[in-house]
Formats: sequence, C-alpha cells, structure tokens
Amino acid sequence: MNAVQSGLVVQALLALAAVATGLLSPVSWRSRATGALCALLGVAGIVTGAAALGGANGALTIPLALPIDPLVLSPDRLGGLFMIVVSAVGALVSLFGIGSARGAEASRTSWAAMAVFLGGMQLVPAATDVVSFLLLWEIMTLGSTVLLLADHASRSTVYSAAIWYSAMSQLSFFFVLAGFGVLVAATGGTGFQTLATVPADSWPANLAFVLLLLGFGGKAELVPLHVWVPRVLPEAPSHVAAAMSGAMVKIGVYGALLVCVRLLPSGPPWWGVLILVLGGVSAVYGILQASVASDLKVLLAYSTTENMGLVFLGLGASVLLRSYNATAAADAALVAALLLMVSHAAFKTTLFLGAGAVAHATGELNLDRLGGLGKRMPWTAGTFGLASLGAASLPITSGFVAEWMLLQALIHGARLDGEVVSVAASIAMPLAVAVLALTAGLALLTFVKAYGIAFLARPRSRKASIAREVPWVMRVPLVLGALAVVGLGLMPGPLAAAIAAAVGPVIVPDVHTVGLAGVSLSGIDAVLDPGTLVILAGLVLVPILVIVALGARRHPTRVDPLPWAGGGSRLRPRMQYTATSYAEPLVRVFDDVLRPSRDVEVTHVGESRYLVEKVHVEQTVSDVIETRLYRPVLNAAQRFGLAARRAQDGSIHRYLGYSFAALLVVLIAVSL
Amino acid sequence: MRVGTGAAAHAVELTWAGIGAPILMAVLQLALFVFLAPLLIGVIRQVRARLEGRAGAGIWQPWRDVRKLLAKEPVHAADSSWMLSVGPIVLLVSSLLLCVLLPLVGTLALPLIPSDLFVIVSVMLIGVVALALVGLDGGTAFGGMGSSRHMTVAALVEPTLLLSIYALSIPAGSSTLSLIVQTRLQTPAVIISPVSLLAMVALAIAIMAETSRLPIDNPSTHLELTMLHEAMVLESSGRDLAWLELGSWLKLAALLGLLGNLIVPWGVLTDFTVPGLLLGAVAVAAKVLALGTALSVGEVFLAKARLFSVPELLAGSFALALLAVTASYLVA
Repeated sequence: MNAVQSGLVVQALLALAAVATGLLSPVSWRSRATGALCALLGVAGIVTGAAALGGANGALTIPLALPIDPLVLSPDRLGGLFMIVVSAVGALVSLFGIGSARGAEASRTSWAAMAVFLGGMQLVPAATDVVSFLLLWEIMTLGSTVLLLADHASRSTVYSAAIWYSAMSQLSFFFVLAGFGVLVAATGGTGFQTLATVPADSWPANLAFVLLLLGFGGKAELVPLHVWVPRVLPEAPSHVAAAMSGAMVKIGVYGALLVCVRLLPSGPPWWGVLILVLGGVSAVYGILQASVASDLKVLLAYSTTENMGLVFLGLGASVLLRSYNATAAADAALVAALLLMVSHAAFKTTLFLGAGAVAHATGELNLDRLGGLGKRMPWTAGTFGLASLGAASLPITSGFVAEWMLLQALIHGARLDGEVVSVAASIAMPLAVAVLALTAGLALLTFVKAYGIAFLARPRSRKASIAREVPWVMRVPLVLGALAVVGLGLMPGPLAAAIAAAVGPVIVPDVHTVGLAGVSLSGIDAVLDPGTLVILAGLVLVPILVIVALGARRHPTRVDPLPWAGGGSRLRPRMQYTATSYAEPLVRVFDDVLRPSRDVEVTHVGESRYLVEKVHVEQTVSDVIETRLYRPVLNAAQRFGLAARRAQDGSIHRYLGYSFAALLVVLIAVSL
Repeated sequence: MRVGTGAAAHAVELTWAGIGAPILMAVLQLALFVFLAPLLIGVIRQVRARLEGRAGAGIWQPWRDVRKLLAKEPVHAADSSWMLSVGPIVLLVSSLLLCVLLPLVGTLALPLIPSDLFVIVSVMLIGVVALALVGLDGGTAFGGMGSSRHMTVAALVEPTLLLSIYALSIPAGSSTLSLIVQTRLQTPAVIISPVSLLAMVALAIAIMAETSRLPIDNPSTHLELTMLHEAMVLESSGRDLAWLELGSWLKLAALLGLLGNLIVPWGVLTDFTVPGLLLGAVAVAAKVLALGTALSVGEVFLAKARLFSVPELLAGSFALALLAVTASYLVA
C-alpha cells in the first residue's frame, strides 16, 4: 500500500469516524470532537493530494456487485492539486466551525452532514471513472443540502434557498450526467481514459462538451446558472458558506479542466469562444451585483461568480489560443486560471469566515448597520483586510499574481512570431482584457466598500458598537487563511511550477522560479518577483518612517472627540456614508443592467410643501437574470401544473379510463 | 518561437551594468521627482493664476506647504482607526515606487522588477485604495462621498488604462515600459502612427482621471458638490495631510513624466554614462514641467464635467483604446 492508496483509505475512515462522532457524541463536546476529526480529514486530504501532485500513483479499487466496471479512485497530478485546495479549505472551515456553530448549526445532523460533505468533496478529484465521479459528486451535494437546511426552523428563507439549491444542483447534475452519457455511448467505457479516445471533431464530442460545460459551469456559479448563489450562501451557516464558496465551486472548475485538459484536449476554436463568453459575462455581471450589494454575504457570493468567471475566462482563452497553436500564451492562460482558482480558495474562504466572525460578534451582516469593527475586532479586521486585497487583486497577494499572468497571456495571445493568429483572437483578446480590467476596477470598489464600511469609522448600530473579538479557535483559521493569501502572493514561482506539473504531461507550461520565489513565463517573456517589490517598498519606506518617528516625538498625534466634518458639530454616526450610498453612483452608471427599483416617500410638515419632516428611501436591486429568465419558466411550469390539476379530479372512473388508454397505447406501440 | 532560454533569460547579472547602474538611476529618479513634484504643482498653480489675472503664490509655495504641514500635529477623530495615519504613508510609498519603477530618467531596468505596466498600475491602485480608505475612516459624510466617487471613477478608468497599455505594448511585443520607450526611440514612426496616437489620447484621459485633474475633478474646489479628491483629505491634518499631498503630487509628476517620455522619447538614458544620466534628468524635468504648463493652460479653458457625464467621457476614451488595439492587429 503506497502513500496515495493509504491516504485515500484514511480519508474514507476519517470521514466515517466523523459521521459517527457527529451522530453519537453529546452536545457538550460534539462540535469540538467532530470539528477536530473533520480538520484531520482535511489534513489527510492535503497529504494525499501532495503525494499525488508529487507523482505518486496509487489506486483504491472498489468492486461492485453490479455488472459494471469496479470503481477506481486514483488521483492524478491535477486531481492531487484540487484535493489539496479543497482539503485545506475543509480543514480551516472545520476549525472555524468548532467555535462558530451554535444551536441548530451544531446539531447531530449538521455535523454528520458536514463530514459527509467534506469527505465526498475531497474524494471527487480522485475519481477515474464516470460512476465514482458522479457518486461522490452527489454525496457532496447531498451533504451540503442537509447543511444548508440547518437553520430552517428559525428562518423561513432557508426553505426557499434549499429548494433553489437542490433544483439547480440537480440541473447541473443532469447536464453532467447527460454529457458523460454521450461520451460513454460513443466510446463504450466508463473510465476517463476510455472517454478520452473520442475524436475531438465528432458530434458526440461537441454535444458532450456543451452539456458538461453547462453542468460544471452551474456548479462553478457561472451566469446564467448562478441564481442559487445569492440565496444559498447567505442562508448557509458561515463556515458552510465558506466551504461551498471556497471549495465546492472548485469542483466545478475541476470538472471543466477534466473536460478541457484531460478528456477533450484539442477542441475547435468555438469551444474556447463559448467558455470565454460564459466566463466574461459571469465576471462582469457577478462583480456588478457584488458592488451594489449591502449584505456582506451576498456581496461575497456574487464576487465568487465574478472570480469563477475570470477562471473560466482564462480557461477559454487557453482553449482558444491552443486551437490556433499559440501554445506559450495558451499555457500561461491555463496556469493563470489555476493560480486564480488556488488564490480564490485562500481569500474567499478567509472572507467568508471573516463575515462569519462579524455575524458571530454582532449578529448583523448588513453593511449599512456595521462600522467601526476594526478597533473592536482587530484580528478579524486584519485578516479580512488582507483577504480583501487578494479579492481586489492588489500586490502582494496571490490574486494579483494570477491576474497579472492572465493579462500577460491575453496581450501576447493574438500574435505569434509577429503574425496575427486569427481575426477571432485579435478581437477576443482586447475584449477579454477590457472585461478583466472592468472587473478588476469594480472589485476594487467592492472590497474598499466591504472593508471600509464594515471595519472603519464609527459603528452605525448598537450591535456593532458592543462587538467583541471572536474566540481563538475562530481566529486561527482566519490567520492561516490570510497567511495563505499573502504567502502564495509572495512566492508565485513554486506555486506556478506545481500547477505546471499538475496540468501535464501533455501540456507543459514554460514557467520557472526566479529571484525570491518570483515567476517567469519564458514563453512570452514576462517576469514578476513580488518579493523584490516588497524589499523595494521597504527601502522606500525607511526614510518616511524616520521622518514620522522624529515628528511624532515633537508633535504627537492629538485625538479629538469630534471629526471636523466641514464644521458640523452635531455629527451622528448615521450621517456617515453607508454601503448603499457608497454604491449609488455605480447604480446610476449601470442603471440599464442593474434595473434598480427606487421608492422615495417624502412626508411634509403640516401645510408647507417646502419643509420636510422625513424622507423614506427604499432601493432594491434584483437579479435581472432571475426575474427575466427564470421567473417566466417557473410561471409557465406553475401554469402547466394548475392546468394538469384539471385532469385529476379524484374520480376513480376517470383514473380507470386513463389506465385503459395507457394500456391501449402500449399495445399499439408494441404491435407496430 | 520561444523567446529566451528558460530561467537563464531572467537570471540576475551581478555586474555594474546589471545592478549598479539601474540602482543609481533609480535613486536619482527618486530624488529628482521628490524635488520636482511640489515644484510642478507650484508651476501649474502659478501659470493658472497668471492666466486668470492673479498674482499667484509663487512656484515654491507647495514646498513651503509641505514643510509647514510636516511640523504640525495630526488631529484624529476619536472613532477613527490606524488607517488615518497609515493610509497616507501607503499612498506615498506607492507614489514613490512609481517614481522608481517608471522609465523617467532612463530605461535601465532594475533586476527582477522590470517596469511592467500592469505591475505599475497595480502599485498605483494600492495608493488609490489607501486614499479611499482614509476618506472613509474619518467617519463623516464628506469623506465617504469623496471616497465613493473616487472609487467609481477609478473602476471605470481601469479598462481604458489597461487597453491603452495593451495598444502601446503591441509594437514592442512586451508590456515592459522601458522596452516600449526604447522601441519608440529606435523607430520614431511608431510614435505618430494612428494607432499610437489613439492610444496616447486614451492614456492621457485615463491619467487625467487617475490624478484628479479637470475635467474629471477640480483640484482647487472646496464645494461639496464637486469634490472628489479634496473631500477625502478633509479630515486629514499635519503630517498625514503632508504625505497625502506629496503622494498625489508625486503620482501626477511621475505619470506626466511617463507621458512625456512616450510622446518625446529623446533624451532618455539607454546606456549608462554620467553625462547621459544628467541629460536624462534635465530632459525629463523639462518634459514634466512643459506638460504641467500645458495642463495648466488647458485647465483654464475647461470646466469640471458633471459627475455623471464622466462615465461618458471615459467610455469615449475606452472606445479609442479598443480601436487602437484592434486596429493594430487588423490593419497591420
């Protein structure tokens, strides 16, 4: 038994042990014991994934009584990479859950479901055949659905979220199943290696590609299959939302990579264009919705759609450029997409856990009622701030390196040896750069808003003013997550090299480590070393700090109870800008896309039209895709249901008539 | 074709030409721009004052302001956090990094940190974010308003900025600024090509927006309806304000220096010599001051655009940049 094989067995055993502990242990130590076991499960996943990424082979074969091939779990390098990412997120959220899970979130069912969810999710990347892949995929979905329902007794919105989630998950599953079905029918086997033998230009390959892209895109929260995200993530317990957004959506990305890198590696250009368009639309739409959201978790949920959109943008660019033989740029785009995926896991987990810490301390997630938490919760504020830098792709975080690499790949993509590779690429690349830039700009605004409104200035409500820092067991995962964001950003070289190894052996990206763990893309002649940049910033900083220190001794900072505020003396916290007012200019600029509904009610004093007693303003921004695309379909389904009710009036004679008619139809069909 | 041979292409050469000369040039650039930035603002204000028929405060007034502010105590509101004192320093560091990284005096690249435009834009955005957070941390309506408008403009400028960089990078085959400037120096025909002109116009508009100049923002206003930059720094005082002002001025000076070197690349140092270094310093100072004067003259004839017509202006410049990129592929 080698490392990978025993790692897989240990993971399965730990998952079972955690389920058992969750179900059997008393409430006094249930969270601690099960959380610790889940965290161990994550560590086992990291170790197994690292072994697989290092090139160790090992397979776990599970024979079945059914007349199909046995299930084989054997992660390749790519699977190993995803197993590490998913397991690391799982370990962090389990630790956080020990402190944050309260009441129904810490029930037997919830903890057992948590173990099922994490176990299933960690093992999906190990699947080497369709049956085990789908089985583990469904285990993951099942676990997360149960987890989502934890709070159903106290909030009615949880029900509707769970229904949306189940429906959309099953839609994804249907697409994936259908896509794999087409490939299995075309090749006659269920193993991924057999499926890969399908010719890329045949119709089964094209059909399967579209179906699988829709299925995996749905899991990865791409527009227009993202509608569950803004409902589900805010309703799920914080640590579960972190696991869903930080890890589960990565399984969607893994699926897409499985298709584009392993099963159907040489697709026609239109595949790339399709992924590119899906990704680009998701990125812009996601970040626009995030930038106007006032609820912290809704904001983070939409931002996940944006990030996954960018990952798919990179993947699409890679497929498109590869079809035109611009290999160096295609490889760089692929590595960038994976870097973005890894860095998203780090910063989005930290952000969701940070939001969980805020909710834990204040019971409030509406940014309009938060504020001033930086002083009251310094650990949460610091880690949330670093993760926000990552989400806004600013130096020196991992998000920055990923976006830089994607930009480099895009600007070098349309030309090869000084020749334009194709008209399609020379239009697609500038548009992709524009999408990436707009997304990056709006992400900047979004996260300045999220951090600035929640953690800076003065508290906007009493709950926020009495907030206290969360306990240690919740701070540790926050700090680890923030360290990952900065650490991955400081040494992109080794990370990119690991990713390059993971996408092999057919694709061999030309990336190297230079300087202080910096990264060099020799194929397109680009180099970035964040470590040197930090040293340079440090050198520049020294004289400033000296001047500040000297000045502070002679003229120390004075603290005044009132800000100057343009001379106003009765300044109340409510007069500060809120998240809603912060995004107001943007709502106006993107009026056509966001379609906000605004309701202004002015109450006048007595007879006068000029004196105002109070003004009530209400603004809601709904999801245009939900109201325009899903509502009509749902309404039609409902109308059909109502119409079908007329056929069922409870009369036994009518039902006997139906049976007779059905029998006749069958007999006729058989005799034909 | 694969350019370079793997890691060796980016290995650090421990020689005078590889390390010493670029570092010397970077230090000179830094010192020059720290001296030049307040002077540039002084010149801009003085030219404007004279054109408007006022006497003006003299070109050294910004220097005197900085000295005065540095000798004063900062006052913080009781509920504010460390951001009020750290934010200004972050802005200043980001602007100083711009002065180090941009090819202003010459195009000698520091080892491992080429003047990659995307990196430079990100470094600049750190300053933008720091300023926006300082605006929010004061806990007043003014600061939040300025911060919100500032970030909205910054978000909308980003596509123009990156696309015009893209357009500029196409002739050089790299987004490294020193290579772009060198290419323009070697083949001056690139400078007056239509594609390059479109990209330069788009870049100039983006830079005006990034540095809060007319018509996007009025740097001399204190009317609440029109403030962007000024609203954010209202709560800052003493040292904090000095850093904020100096940081913003440095950013303007460095970006004008970049524009100057892109339009008129002559005079920049490409191979290290001491006279070349001095010539480069004088040339870039002259370019920055000339552009500053032109900016000031232009601003006399401009009114600030309404906040909600700024997106239209930026959309226009975005269209120019997109045209520049696609044209350079499809026409060429």
